[in-house]
Amino acid sequence: MVTGLINANPVVYERKERHLRSSPVVIDEYAVEPIDQLEIFEHVRDIKDPEHPYSLEELKVVTEDSIELDDQQSYVRVTFTPTVEHCSMATVIGLCLRVKLMRSLPSRYKVDIRVAPGTHATEAAVNKQLNDKERVAAALENPRLLEMVDECLAATYI
Amino acid sequence: MDGKLELRETQKLEGHSDRVWSLAWNPVTGTGGVPAMLASCSGDKTVRIWQQGSSKSFDCTAVLEETHTRTVRSCAWSPSGKLLATASFDATTGIWQQIGSDFECVATLEGHENEVKSVAWNASGSLIATCGRDKSVWIWEMQSGNEFECISVLQGHAQDVKMVQWHPFADVLVSVSYDNSIKVWVEDGDDDWHCAQSLGESGSGHTSTVWALSFSECGNRMVTCSDDLTLKIWDTSGNPSQTSGDGYAPWQHICTLSGCHDRTIFSVSWSSEGVIASGAGDDALRLFVENKDNVVDGPSYSMLLKKDKAHAMDVNSVQWNPKDPQVLASASDDGSVKIWELVGVSQ
Repeated sequence: MVTGLINANPVVYERKERHLRSSPVVIDEYAVEPIDQLEIFEHVRDIKDPEHPYSLEELKVVTEDSIELDDQQSYVRVTFTPTVEHCSMATVIGLCLRVKLMRSLPSRYKVDIRVAPGTHATEAAVNKQLNDKERVAAALENPRLLEMVDECLAATYI
Repeated sequence: MDGKLELRETQKLEGHSDRVWSLAWNPVTGTGGVPAMLASCSGDKTVRIWQQGSSKSFDCTAVLEETHTRTVRSCAWSPSGKLLATASFDATTGIWQQIGSDFECVATLEGHENEVKSVAWNASGSLIATCGRDKSVWIWEMQSGNEFECISVLQGHAQDVKMVQWHPFADVLVSVSYDNSIKVWVEDGDDDWHCAQSLGESGSGHTSTVWALSFSECGNRMVTCSDDLTLKIWDTSGNPSQTSGDGYAPWQHICTLSGCHDRTIFSVSWSSEGVIASGAGDDALRLFVENKDNVVDGPSYSMLLKKDKAHAMDVNSVQWNPKDPQVLASASDDGSVKIWELVGVSQ
């Protein structure tokens, strides 16, 4: 067990100002509003980093632009940038992203999570694990890991 | 056949409260007056038994619960149809026997260090193989009184082993893995099992996790499916356990089906009539057959049909009914099992 933090002094960025969305002029109760990039970002921006009391947005681990989606195809890809190249928390962060989106998006959605290319020493290995749903399912049956993930997600449900 | 072929949904079996990972048809049912029976296993930690009634629809006749403490990932019937093996993330493999209308767990195979992902019986029912995230493949021999003894632990895969399947008649075992390879295991005699062949990336093999495999009925071909979005067909010229020099007839790659899938292919099943079914992460089912005419550059296969939105979520398992090659069962993340019939539709 590593006693010191992997990245003791992360760079902390300001949070982007949040604007209230303007309501549509015509309200059709039955219309399904398409999901957009900002909505996905709103689901994940406040996820707490596993090691520091800052959100993934504040640490620029995820940005609005790091989210690619096609609502028509029910597809989203989130690219995240760990704060350091050898971050061993990369899989935990990826897992948090996956779990939050799984709980927040309609079940028709296909989600891909990946590390920003060139930002992690074992990029391919991390990506492979995060996108193997059997490995993810088994990991989430581990109570300690699930607890860690839920702690990181706690701030996002407020 | 003059008309087009279509995969028609005949029934949706609901009951599981979590994703259904796998299913297996009981091999001795569905013929001679015995109603068809199938088992499905789930993330809800249970196995459900479904039986076809007089109205031709399937009813859930038993729920195997309170035994596995985690996801049940795979299930397999013994060739006699009397026993059902269940592989679980709780690191154990259960052996169940039907007693009256219920099922009882008569044995528990322990030994894997963590999640067991697949279980399979050999053709004679004397051996069981299991595999898991601990990268090993275990071979168990059935003793009298439903006792099982581990006779070999096979190391060789560099990562998580996803599935094991026995050859339809020879005691040859094939395993597929997260390490992108396919390994063939044979016995030297005297319980000495070893890896006779490894089909990896360098030898026309897959370039990402191999999730499943299925043998053709006569056992001279097998199909594998992968996260690399391809299906690969492999061929062995003769009896794979015949003695010829080193006593093994190797498998060769003969065809790769690419460009047909855009999400991970989780399962494949080869029917007795030669139709290959695939289940993938785009919620669709696809059928493939060999091109019989104009074989210039060797065997080739092509897609017969695609069933879009077969399920509401990923398809995890597809299995042809061994007694009725027109009937296909599929299992999904959406928690349901569906029964399909391949029918000709006159144009």
